[in-house]
Amino acid sequence: MQHDNQCNARIPFRQALQTLVTARQDSDVIVTNQGSSRVWPLIENHCLDFHFNPSTMGGAISLALGIALAQPQRQVIVLSGDGSLLMNPGSLVSVIASRSQNLSVILLDNDLYDVTGGQKTAASDLDVRFDDIARSIGFSSVAAYRDAASWESSAGRFLQSTGPRFCWLKVDVALPDDMKNQQEAMGQQLTRIRNKLTK
Amino acid sequence: MLLFSGEEIVVELTRLGITHAVWIPDNCLGKWETALEASSHIELVRICREGEAWPLAAGLSIGGQTPIIIMQTTGLFESGDALRNILLDLNVPLVAIIGARNWLNTESRDSAKIYAEPILKAWGLDYRLIEFEEDKAELRGFLKNCLNNRRSGVILLAE
Repeated sequence: MQHDNQCNARIPFRQALQTLVTARQDSDVIVTNQGSSRVWPLIENHCLDFHFNPSTMGGAISLALGIALAQPQRQVIVLSGDGSLLMNPGSLVSVIASRSQNLSVILLDNDLYDVTGGQKTAASDLDVRFDDIARSIGFSSVAAYRDAASWESSAGRFLQSTGPRFCWLKVDVALPDDMKNQQEAMGQQLTRIRNKLTK
Repeated sequence: MLLFSGEEIVVELTRLGITHAVWIPDNCLGKWETALEASSHIELVRICREGEAWPLAAGLSIGGQTPIIIMQTTGLFESGDALRNILLDLNVPLVAIIGARNWLNTESRDSAKIYAEPILKAWGLDYRLIEFEEDKAELRGFLKNCLNNRRSGVILLAE
């Protein structure tokens, strides 16, 4: 499926995440980042969630790939913003080069740097086809959604498709109050997820 | 020119229990590629940009593996923010071998050579310079100490 870029429909940010909360399996690792690291904890609290914040921009896919390589028996789902992916597009190539099959990249594309106040990215006025990029690199399963109903009805099936997977979601900006949320302290997170992954 | 052959470095890393080598080669470190690829104990992870190395290695560490990062000093400079975030913000200890470009060229005024140690010191990173044949044992001793004590550390390997 490809986006029709003439269409202005977008998935509400929190609803895009809620669909993933419903679709994930209990053994899946979730890595959030930037905006998603603030909103996800408002709707889900799971021992295998890792909220990578503060983070180096563009680092979430790399960190998630590391977990996926370390734990090939688990599925790892990483949420990245478009601004972050634009800073580190080579990380998608590294995913394919690693031959990892247990990673799903969910791109939350709001065409903005949300956490810095909504400035445009270099790609905001361009027709960058993130799904075509992922497909050409070699992702086994690639999808794109811009309406909540389609994403909701397809998310479970997408996460069961052959990996590695890439899903491009056109989303609204997150609600300002949601973006004020602070996640669990990093040290506590690391202890929790390490214990869960390595015991 | 490097003090360690590919076969030698694989032996050293295997003895240390390294499971993954996350790397971008340069013209010296690149000579290790064949030996690293042939290793049955170490998985070679190729990345596109050095900034990927630190979070990727952190993910491996969080997942219970023992990675090492291998890159040149130029990559160290390029990946400074990722290094800062992982080692200082997240406090995930990692070890690395950084190839020090032009270190053995006494005439060189390469800025990558001049700023290698000041940059490591600026990040507060513990490191050992391996410059001569008699320094080679330091690689295993220093990295072993880092891994056993869950501390970050860098081998600055003269090229």
